[in-house]
Amino acid sequence: MSKSRREFIKISALSFGGLVMANPILNAMIGQVQAGEPIDASKIKPVPTYCEVCFWKCAGWVHTDEKGELWKIEGNEDDPHCKGRFCPRGTGGLGMYNDEDRLKSPLMRVEVNGKQTFKEVSWDKAFRFIADKMNQISEEHGPESLALFKHGSGGAHFGKLFKAFGSRNITAPSYAQCRGPREVGFHATFGANINSPEPVDLENTKCLVLIGNHIGENMHNSHVQEMSKAIDNGLEIITVDPRLSTAASKSVHWLPIKPATDIALLLAWMHVLVTEKLYDKAYIDQYAYGFEDLEAHIADKTPEWAEEITTIKADVIRETARKMAYHAPATLIHPGRHVTWYGDDTQRLRAMAMLNALLGSWGRKGGFYFPEKAKVPSFPHPAYPSASWTWKDYLDGKYALAGSSIANVFVDASHPDNKTDKKIKGWFVVGTNLISTIPDTKKTLEAIDNLDLFVVVDTMPMEITGYADIILPECTYLERYDDIRVSPNREPNIAVRIPAAKPKYLTKPSDWIVRKLAEKLKLSAHFNYKSYSEVLDWQLKQMGFSLAEMKERGIIKFDRKNANLYLEEGEEYEFGTPTGMIELYSTDLEMEGFDPLPNYTPHPEPPAGFFRLNYGRAPMHTFGRTANNPNLNELMNENKLWVNPKIAKKAGIVNGQEIWLENQDGVKSEFPIKVRVTERIGMDNVYMVHGFGKSNKKLKRSNGRGISDSQLVTNVMVDPVMGGTGMRGNFVKFVIDKPEREVIS
Amino acid sequence: MRYAMVIDTKKCVGCSDCVVACQNENRVPIGYCRDWVIEHAKGAFPNVSIELRSERCNHCENSPCVRCCPTGASHYEEGGLVMVDRGACIGCGACVQSCPYNARFSHPEGYVDKCSFCNHRLKEGKSPSCVSVCPTNCMYFGDLNDSESQVSQLLKNRDWKVLAPEVGTKPQVYYLI
Ligand code: SF4
Ligand code: SF4
Ligand code: SF4
Repeated sequence: MSKSRREFIKISALSFGGLVMANPILNAMIGQVQAGEPIDASKIKPVPTYCEVCFWKCAGWVHTDEKGELWKIEGNEDDPHCKGRFCPRGTGGLGMYNDEDRLKSPLMRVEVNGKQTFKEVSWDKAFRFIADKMNQISEEHGPESLALFKHGSGGAHFGKLFKAFGSRNITAPSYAQCRGPREVGFHATFGANINSPEPVDLENTKCLVLIGNHIGENMHNSHVQEMSKAIDNGLEIITVDPRLSTAASKSVHWLPIKPATDIALLLAWMHVLVTEKLYDKAYIDQYAYGFEDLEAHIADKTPEWAEEITTIKADVIRETARKMAYHAPATLIHPGRHVTWYGDDTQRLRAMAMLNALLGSWGRKGGFYFPEKAKVPSFPHPAYPSASWTWKDYLDGKYALAGSSIANVFVDASHPDNKTDKKIKGWFVVGTNLISTIPDTKKTLEAIDNLDLFVVVDTMPMEITGYADIILPECTYLERYDDIRVSPNREPNIAVRIPAAKPKYLTKPSDWIVRKLAEKLKLSAHFNYKSYSEVLDWQLKQMGFSLAEMKERGIIKFDRKNANLYLEEGEEYEFGTPTGMIELYSTDLEMEGFDPLPNYTPHPEPPAGFFRLNYGRAPMHTFGRTANNPNLNELMNENKLWVNPKIAKKAGIVNGQEIWLENQDGVKSEFPIKVRVTERIGMDNVYMVHGFGKSNKKLKRSNGRGISDSQLVTNVMVDPVMGGTGMRGNFVKFVIDKPEREVIS
Repeated sequence: MRYAMVIDTKKCVGCSDCVVACQNENRVPIGYCRDWVIEHAKGAFPNVSIELRSERCNHCENSPCVRCCPTGASHYEEGGLVMVDRGACIGCGACVQSCPYNARFSHPEGYVDKCSFCNHRLKEGKSPSCVSVCPTNCMYFGDLNDSESQVSQLLKNRDWKVLAPEVGTKPQVYYLI
């Protein structure tokens, strides 16, 4: 980065002087959460919202006290996402609002005495700058050369602006860096996507199989609740994980598998079900395509074969397969969420889908239910102009099965190495810290350097903001309206978000930012309202309700159109695959030149002295967005490196000791991490929670606390089927003494 | 009336939601807590097990904290609640020392604080904040004198333990194991 045109600016160097200090709201903020007697509940007027700390979007009520200050947030009893109970991150969501390290004013990159720095600017100036650059890019390259990376509710507003401007190059890292392979793998099998929340019928599940899925450490709220309810009803859990995760600790069978060998285990499980005739024959006969091919394919994939590869004993493989069959179809192989591991992830997820198929759990009680979603009319706007090219054209047929845009491909299209005529020259990054979400940061930074415009919209000074030309401070979800929440579920439902407080400092909601920018771009016709509440009220009135009514209720549930949650006995059913059947043999994959049946391929092992780097979640944090949240930071303010005691002894490191890590490419962690010596992990890997080791000093509570796993993920294995970025093939060794720090300028 | 809390360690995932909810509800200042979560691991890889449990004041029936309080600020209330009268508390910290569970802390405003079983919520017919937020529904609250109550039934039908029974404080927070 030394020759970077767009130097990283540590926001700590900025003064938030004049503009913000003069803002009276700041003074009101100081001393806000005062300890004292509990509040008199009779004075409380709760405001409905849905949570934005993670993508589960639980609906809840924000309670304010008699002084009008935010006090607490609680789940909405009627909401199927949370059933009246928020998870720790949602409960601590007020910390996002109270965090004094928030972005407070629009900032523009300027050069002072030859040094780049950020300067506070007015919103109007920021908009003029952005609009000019957008028009310039559009004139030179076309409007398609602007790309949007988004995550969360704010991104939706920007999506509309992009479409109105003429670009469909819109992406979210939550696909290719997270759940994409599962969508493709399940779609190839059942002709349907999994989506969010996953339509898993956990509350009725009798046997739950978790493969690298950490319910309880991931707080997918309703699923955690349903799993717990199922435990009361005698649920048996089988967990495949190299580490004793929380879920593993609740399991009847914990299979501490050798990392990167899951497909072998899945094939052997299928082998047992098929050879012992334990699969759901009637279901397979009626619905499945390619059973004989599968039968031949797995004939030699015996448990003994898999034992050699996975280190899981053959008799354990048999016993667990029989247990799944015993409880079928109320046996659920959970599709999981963050599934981009080794580059053959679509195939692994295919194998998981096929195992579900053999057990007959798709469309069955205790397996997968058929979700339904409410229809919300869109607010009238002029037709969007057509775009002359999109990311799909840039890919020119590659990753044809990807059902959604691939964020890393946008980086490629922005990189100087892109020699095609489809170039991306401007980025908006809304609510996603690309530095820790997209692996291969070096490439991302080279792409950023090649841009003519780089706008970041966020609530916090995340690392990515340091590279922006312009930073726009968004207010938190507690201070704004947003789109009506519509999500597939057992019962169709909608929920609203109403501001519980005025935006603090000079922050603004995304809908306002977009509307004002649209004025400068002469696109106001697309945003024909004065407040987003008008849009919501119009939409709700079309549906027979009103915003006023929603303020009282928060959520509305509807009757299902199709009463059946599950397939009826022998029901005729057409699946969304090319054959209309459950494809054990995938014709889609075959067409694209990939294995129509999944195969196990060995993956590289850690070299001597190295350990595979695994990372995961802690229940009180999410996406690295919460590390600085005062409430949640208090519960966990750094990540630790899980190390097996035997390994620790050999390496001469002890519990609590600070060490550094170096990966296979010689990349060293920026900060030290404390060792946590624990029997919960085996000898071939180490583990840490994702989202720590913040390098931006402006994040006072989280800067330099623990380390960032993303920094150490430099080996990225791209999934040839859908372009996902496999991140679990990185190996680290311990560095005991503080390494010399390379100066990053 | 004998208030008690029953916590199912088989369901607790150690998420600490109970901790955040209590901090919000009772305005516990950042840096302090009335409840907390413990992980207890046993065995060696791969034969390891863990217990997760949320702990707080046990509202002991025979509590050293009430006995040693020089001002009477620490006292029993209806249902066996062990409470601190903030006005009467001089912050001497004798009770903090006496509690075998480390359940009390000196509040920066000069009095001693701890879990109240959210008695202000009990008065409104609500459960304690931690109980009502727990996403695994692993906490139960109720009256042990009522043999039909959920807490009584759970203790009748499941194996359970209390913490440090040997010190003779008769804790009223029970853990299902
Ligand atoms: S909220 Fe419930 S599950 Fe979470 S730590 Fe507390 S008791 Fe355990
Ligand atoms: S747990 Fe400690 S503070 Fe609570 S009643 Fe017992 S002795 Fe007193
Ligand atoms: S009962 Fe109330 S005061 Fe006690 S730990 Fe639970 S939330 Fe906190």
